[in-house]
This record gives sequence, structure tokens and C-alpha cells, in this order.
Amino acid sequence: MTHGPDSAPGDGSGGSEGAVQMAHGGGGRMMQDLIHGVIRPAFPNQQLEHNHDGAFFTPQGAELAFTSDGHVVQPLFFPGGDIGSLAINGAINDLAMCGAEPGQISVSLIIEEGFSIADLRRIAASMGSAAAAMGACIVTGDTKVVERGKGDGIFVSTSAVGPVRSASRPVPAAVRPGDSILLSGDIGRHGVAIMAARAGLTFGSPLLSDCAPLWPTVRALIERGIELHCLRDLTRGGLAAGLIEVAETVLLAVEVENAAIPVSEPVRSACELFGLDAIHVANEGRFIAFVPSDQEAEALALMRRFGDARWIGRVGEEQSGAVVLQSPYGTRRRLRLPNGEQMPRIC
Amino acid sequence: MRYVEAFRSPEAVRQLAEAIRATVTRPWSIMEVCGGQTHAILRFGLDQLLPSGLDLLHGPGCPVCVTPAATLDQALAIAAQPEVVFCTFADMLPVPTAGGSLAEAKAGGADIRAVYSPLEAVRVAAEEPHRQVVFFAVGFETTAPANALALHLANGQGLENFSLLVAQVLVPPALEALLAAPDHRIDAFLAAGHVCTVMGLEAYAPIATSRHVPIVATGFEPVDILSGILAAVRQLETGQAYVENGYARAVAAAGNPAARALIDEVFEPVDREWRGMGCLPASGLGLRPAYRRFDAAARFGVSSASGAEDARCIAGRVLQGLARPGDCPAFGTDCTPRHPLGVTMVSSEGACSAYYQYRQSEGAEG
Repeated sequence: MTHGPDSAPGDGSGGSEGAVQMAHGGGGRMMQDLIHGVIRPAFPNQQLEHNHDGAFFTPQGAELAFTSDGHVVQPLFFPGGDIGSLAINGAINDLAMCGAEPGQISVSLIIEEGFSIADLRRIAASMGSAAAAMGACIVTGDTKVVERGKGDGIFVSTSAVGPVRSASRPVPAAVRPGDSILLSGDIGRHGVAIMAARAGLTFGSPLLSDCAPLWPTVRALIERGIELHCLRDLTRGGLAAGLIEVAETVLLAVEVENAAIPVSEPVRSACELFGLDAIHVANEGRFIAFVPSDQEAEALALMRRFGDARWIGRVGEEQSGAVVLQSPYGTRRRLRLPNGEQMPRIC
Repeated sequence: MRYVEAFRSPEAVRQLAEAIRATVTRPWSIMEVCGGQTHAILRFGLDQLLPSGLDLLHGPGCPVCVTPAATLDQALAIAAQPEVVFCTFADMLPVPTAGGSLAEAKAGGADIRAVYSPLEAVRVAAEEPHRQVVFFAVGFETTAPANALALHLANGQGLENFSLLVAQVLVPPALEALLAAPDHRIDAFLAAGHVCTVMGLEAYAPIATSRHVPIVATGFEPVDILSGILAAVRQLETGQAYVENGYARAVAAAGNPAARALIDEVFEPVDREWRGMGCLPASGLGLRPAYRRFDAAARFGVSSASGAEDARCIAGRVLQGLARPGDCPAFGTDCTPRHPLGVTMVSSEGACSAYYQYRQSEGAEG
């Protein structure tokens, strides 16, 4: 669903419930009201009922994965999600890329004075439902208020732990020559949805962020016994960054077929307009899996139950750490990271 | 988009490459003028499809690259004024100068804003009447109409707090200058399609005739570029030299009359300094007398800035097709996108950046 904020952060009205004030972060009664009246009701679980400084849990024998993430997206409410669902899915996806089940999540909110309490309630609800959908628990957190002009509405930081369910750690060092590279779906949706929302552009059909949890796909692969050599979610820097980071870490050549990479029509159009290459554009619900080639077909069939997954390439023998893109014309080029962010061109 | 896909068709690309191979009997050097074409050639690996001996020279058509260091120093001096909102296309932000880049100035607190259109800058000027809003009018004939429109509107709205730092350049005088160099190797030009969309083809006929050089207005997709190359080698192989429209879906012989009228209302030809190429006569646009009060360089007293360029950088020779990025000893070692010595490495349309970004063998990781 597409949302617009009830009122711009800092416009003074703050919506029907008013706005966050400095006193909401002051440690007194108003802070208690904000936490207990607005934020906590969205995260129903026993841990928070302890009303204590931290959460308690007993690891059940499995190795644990532990991850951390910060979210500063604008607009806060975008087509296909909002900063709340983005933060929780981001934490869940980082765990999933470790082969780990969603477990316990901590949430730290830094809120700008004047932020609409109604919007805060919606963000909290979005976090609560994203966590609940994956069986994760938001067990501890923190709330701070900063002066007007010193934040961008709201910043959300998360940390998460979860038990590792894959047979081995799916890290770059486990990638082997000959591995097949599978991509979970079409690329570039999140980055383009955000850019289009910022620029006030539409592209025929509605363009939604791909913001979504990856654990169901990863769990299916683990339960089928697919050897997951490496998993990588394709957030900032897009597919290119994911491929290059893995290739450079394991120091093996990676060969990718450009024509095999799915890009939707609206994303293609937007990239042409902005002068961007979709391979560098951010995603929030896509990953690549490096799997043994003899399990490629089985893994791909499973992944296709969850999205438009494709085989996109393979790992070579050469110890170059280079990612090479093969064009439909039979030509080849090296894929490199842009220096900073991609810049729209003058002409 | 489906329209674009037709111009990326692997079958059409294969047939054109075959036709080029069948046509070429001798070595030729063809310069693609526009940096956007250079990037498309390297991104799609089109040069890998050409017969050996058919050389592509990369031209000066990168507006970021040809903007001299002195103009960037003017921009930095203006942006440093506390009352100024300095609006620019994002491409200009990372360009290095001895005095830093606009991106560094922005991080240091200057109010520098990346915009998609000069009309956004006009809007800022209307919304923030107590600030001086300056737009960095960089580019070829492609950006001139929108920049002219911005000034036309600002003038109509009485926005005296708006001004342009003008660094507009023109393609035909640059082609003349390239052909006047005694050591040039240019047998034919692929003219920049979007420039021709605005200005038409008439300015190129005297060059093609007097210098006996085929000039083909060429687009930016793989099929466009290979079609342009094929048209050029057909002329070369038959000893002809005329202006050919290889981008008929976007280019009319007379260009875009409305855009040309706007340019003519606001701008007039002036001599302009090009990075690495010196001052070329009537190669740029400056404000006509009726609009001169909107000249940011005069308004902020920075008309006489002179910028220094890194002596190791051969960008000037690269921009003239006299050297390739790989000819530079600093390429990929002392000069990388992260630590660029010159603008051709940092601009998204620069030839050095294209070679660095897309070539497997050339350049160590920076």
C-alpha cells in the first residue's frame, strides 16, 4: 500500500495526535507515555513486559548469527514499504544471508523534534507486523529525541541475532570454482521507487520497492539440503556490489551473462531516464546464491516459487577477483564499483 | 523502452558489425564526438566487434571534461559566499581542482545543491528571495535551451536574485580546431546526435566540405553507433565526404526551431577556453546584453579566476583524440576514480573513466 505522511515532519502540527517534543526524550513521564502508548504496543512480547534495560534469552545449542543495520531513507513512506518495514526486513535479511532464522531484534529510534506521533505509530506498527510475519521478536530498544533540524524525521537502527540453520556458513570464502550464481528476482526496484518518489515521477505502472523478507526462500533452500556456498543480499550498490564484494573476497573470477539478469520494464525506463545502470541500483528484497552446479536446477526451481529467479552466471577458475559481464553481442567488460553513488548525467 | 530495445537487438548488431567488416578495406580512424557515445561503445564492447585497423578516437564531447579549471575555481569562489545557493548538475560535484571540488565545498558547509534541471534553480530563487541563487550553466548545445529557458523565466518573474555561471560550449568550432591540429588522425566524425537534435545539421556542411571529412549525426544505442560507423566507412571507402543523418528518428535538418530561438534570445557566440585545447574563437555562448545582469561571474566579481591543472594529466590530448587513456603513465596507478588527477577520470562521460570502468585488462583497482 502507498502511504503519504499525515503531515511533514517538523511542520508543527504533527497530525491529530500531535508532534514529538524534546521532552518525549527526556526520561520523564512524557517519554514513558511515548514508549508505552505509541511504540511498545506494536511489539507485543514477554521480553518487553519485563520493562528492563535489556532482554534475556538462552541459546538453544545452535551457532548464532549477529547483525546490525541503520536506516535513513527519504521519503519515510515510499511505494512498497516504509522505514519501519525496511529496518526489520533489513535485519531479517542480514540474518538470512548468514543462513540464520529470524530471532531477536533490537530497535533504536532517533526521532526529530516535531515528528508526527501518528507517523511514528504507523512506523512502529509496520515494524511489528514485519517482525511478526517472520516469527521474529523485537525484544529491546531505545528512543532518543534530537532537536529540530538535527535529524531527518526519524532514523532507525536495528541489531539482530538468530540461530544458524544452514549446514555450513554461507560466506564468500566457501565459494568454489564452477559454482552457479542464482539471482532471486528482478533488480533495481527499491532504488528506482525511492528515486521516482523523490522526483515525483511515475512510470506507467506503479513502481513498488521490492522490500521483503528473504528468509522464506533461504529456509526452503536449507530444508531441501542445497549446499549454500555463499549468500549475499543486494542492497546499496545493487547486484554489481554483491558480485564484486564476493569475487574480491574469494579472489576468483566471476562470469555473468548480462542478458540473463531480469530488469522490469518500469525499472528499465526509469534507469534510461536517470542515466543509471540497474546493476548498480539498490534492492531490499533480492539476493544471490552461490551453489554447486549439480544443485543448480533444484535450487533454481525452489527459488522460482518465491520470485522470478534466474541463473545469471558462474564462478571461474582464474584467481583474478574480477567480475566480467558478457553482453548479448559476445563482447565482454569488467564490472566495477562506481566511486561514490551513481550520478545523473548532464546530457 | 521497447523502442530502445530495438536499437540494442543482438541480431541487428551482428548484421551491422558484419557489414562494417565487409566494407572496410583499409585502416581508418573515426572520432565519436560525444562522451555518451564513448561510454556506450565501451559499456557494450562495440569496439571489440570492429575489424582491426578501424580505430575509434574518443572526442571532446564531455561537458564536464572540457570545462576548464578556471571556471571551476569561479564556481568554488561563488559557492563559498554565505548568501549563495549554488545549484549544479550532480556531474560537476566531484571534479577535482587545486582548490578542492564542489563536493568537498558542500561537505565543508557551502550551500551547494544538485538539481536535475535549471528550472529547479529558478524555483529555489522564487522560494528563497533573500538568497542569491546561481545555476552552473555547463554543457553543449544540448543544455543551452533549458538554461536559456531558465533565464527567460527568471527575467519574466523579475527574479533579480537568480544568475547563471555560464560555461556553455559549441561543437562545430571544436571540430574545426581538432582538424586544424597538425598531428590529428581524424578521418571521419560521428557527430553527437542530441546536439544535432537541437541545432540541426547545417553548421557541419562547411566542415565536411572544406576539410573533406565525412560527418554522420549518430545516436547512442549500439545499433545507432554501428550504423553511424557503417555510414562513415562507406563514405571513406568511396572517397566521399558529406553530412549524413544517421539519427533520423531524433534529428531534423533544421534542428528544433523553438529551442534555437530560445538560445538565440538569451545567448550569443563568444570565444571560450576549453580544457586542454585553449581558447577557441566563437566556441562558446555568453549572455546577450539584455541578460548580462544575470551573469554570476560579473555579479560576484570572479571574472578573472585562473585555474591550475595537474601537470601529469594528459586530459587535453585525450579530449582531442591525440592520446588514449592507456597512453598515460598515471592511468590506473596515480590516477583512478578515487584519486583522479584530471577530469576525464572523474566525469561519468570522460574517456579515462570509461576505460577504467569497463576494460578488464587496463588499470589496477584504485
